[in-house]
Amino acid sequence: MKVFMIVFSLLVLLNPSIYAAVEVKTFETPQQELRYKKLIEELRCLVCQNQNLAGSDAGLAQDLRKQVYKMISAGNSDEEILDFMVTRYGDFVLYRPPFKAATFLLWVGPFIIFAIALLVLIRFIRQRKNIVVTTLTNNDKEKLKQLLDEDKEQDK
Amino acid sequence: MNRALIPLMAFIVLVVFLGIGLTKDPRKLPSPFIGKTAPAFTLPLLHELDKKFSPKSMLGKVWILNVWASWCVSCRAEHHVLNSMIKTNKVNLIGLNYKDEVADARRWLGRYGDPYQLSVSDVEGLIGIEWGVYGVPETFVIDKKGIVRLKHTGPVSNKDVMEEIIPLVKKLEME
Repeated sequence: MKVFMIVFSLLVLLNPSIYAAVEVKTFETPQQELRYKKLIEELRCLVCQNQNLAGSDAGLAQDLRKQVYKMISAGNSDEEILDFMVTRYGDFVLYRPPFKAATFLLWVGPFIIFAIALLVLIRFIRQRKNIVVTTLTNNDKEKLKQLLDEDKEQDK
Repeated sequence: MNRALIPLMAFIVLVVFLGIGLTKDPRKLPSPFIGKTAPAFTLPLLHELDKKFSPKSMLGKVWILNVWASWCVSCRAEHHVLNSMIKTNKVNLIGLNYKDEVADARRWLGRYGDPYQLSVSDVEGLIGIEWGVYGVPETFVIDKKGIVRLKHTGPVSNKDVMEEIIPLVKKLEME
């Protein structure tokens, strides 16, 4: 068993694919590194539909990470870097698209649907209430009172 | 109207919208470059690395930039379309050899034919980033003033050439 473990860990360590995911990037300040991490979280990998730059191993994602790194090291601000990406790849490169006419429904749509659902729910509840109130006759009310009174006596 | 039908109607509307969504290709993105000046660059020619090409030299001409690579499988499918395009039409076709080895690229053109007036070599893929390239092949049409007028992502078909690219080039040449 011990031999097996040693062989296994050697095989794992020798496998180049476990190193492939590690990209060494050295920054001058910890703030720069934080900004880098945040930016690659917020930028989309354009070739892999639903991954950000941080999570993708695609060639283009690597290049764009390199670009972000280069721009941070050169002292560009976050806005400048995002602008750089948007002028080249469009709004799609951002995971949080900006609020404008073309993206209006995207941002407001869920709230509109929620409001409609709320209105429908309120109407539904009101209708049910009406039904209950109108069907309670005087006779029923008397019975209800009796039942409640019995309950109270039992509690004592 | 029967109230029971309302959920059914809502469901049908939803299905129609989702159905439309299925017919669209999520890889096709609107290019932010349409109507804007084509990004500048200076790159060595693939066949004469000591000579350089820059889009500035194409001012006054309508031209097509085609991004290709020898490792790109769909470029091979596209290549015969480009070969026949330049046989039947007079167009300025420039190739941008994207993230490729020079030797591989030359061998590839030797094997499949070279439709390009010239190709430039972008080994690092940096000019690709400047042009917003995210999938190879990509094809841009640039007018006489150096403004991008069309971007086609993915391989162009004979139909794209006949119905889109060539008519646009002809129109732009009249401008």
